[in-house]
Amino acid sequence: MNNTYALCAILTMALVTALLRFFPFVVMGKKKTPPFVEYLGKMLPYAVMAMLVVYCLKGINFTAFPFALPEIISVGVVVLMHVWKRNTLLSIIAGTVCYMIIIRLI
Amino acid sequence: MKNKLIKRAFLDTLPVMSGYIVLGIGFGIVLEKNGYGVWWALLMSTLIYAGSMQYAGIELLVSAASLPAVALTTLMVNARHLFYGISMIDKYKNAGIKKPYMIFALTDETYSLVCSEKYENEKDRHFYFFIVSLFDQIYWVTGSVAGSLIGSAIPFDTNGIEFSMTALFVTVFVEQWLSTKNHASAVLGLVASALCLVIFGQDSFLIPSMVIILVSLTLMRGKVKDYE
Repeated sequence: MNNTYALCAILTMALVTALLRFFPFVVMGKKKTPPFVEYLGKMLPYAVMAMLVVYCLKGINFTAFPFALPEIISVGVVVLMHVWKRNTLLSIIAGTVCYMIIIRLI
Repeated sequence: MKNKLIKRAFLDTLPVMSGYIVLGIGFGIVLEKNGYGVWWALLMSTLIYAGSMQYAGIELLVSAASLPAVALTTLMVNARHLFYGISMIDKYKNAGIKKPYMIFALTDETYSLVCSEKYENEKDRHFYFFIVSLFDQIYWVTGSVAGSLIGSAIPFDTNGIEFSMTALFVTVFVEQWLSTKNHASAVLGLVASALCLVIFGQDSFLIPSMVIILVSLTLMRGKVKDYE
């Protein structure tokens, strides 16, 4: 029973995710792309990536100890590291290691 | 030519490989900790193939959320994929038999690789996109299976490894920021989602954020210089 539930839940997640991914192509795929959609295609990535960053940090709490300091410092490390070296792997590892260290120290 | 494209795709996906292996291992470990072993990791990473949703999915499984609740959560967490689709309609046109898989496998990271690609030859472009999509999913599945298998055997405390997901998106954001002079859209995304987070709370801020972003971009059209 537990397995049946898990399977159904996973299939539901898979189905909804696939529907979202296919929807724009099915609705607008056949005709020539309207200029407005082309414009959105160019502009959206920047805003969406910003939204994803906020999404990842949504749980942080500024009002109680440790005042989101582990997240703020680690994000800062990722940003500085990336501006400096522009190496994705390096930036991710530096930030994650920094985060793992800080949450153990405080 | 094909070998050349495969080689390029491999080199281009190396950063995603690192991110996906780390994130995948993190996912596999957490899933396993919650009582769902390697076959579940394999199943989820093959069929769902959406990183943050799979993390959220563990919560749903553990709390035995109802199927409508699962569907609704997926809809909200993954609604951003509508945006990716909209921007790839043109580039994925005429991709033929490869197209369904390319659409299925259009994750955040794959999107960040293919949205800036400018192959002139359509056939080469589609082949390259397809290989990039496939490589990325192989990394993700490998990572999650590995995490599930070694999770309990890792001798040190892995608490905090989930931050690698945040780090990945911050990296892509910074990379995008550095690659253009026009930051209107990036700033809009930050302000709109931070504002909505404060107003609507962490469980329901994504949809209003997307509405504000869409409306603002529509109003900004013609007023800001085009991105290239």
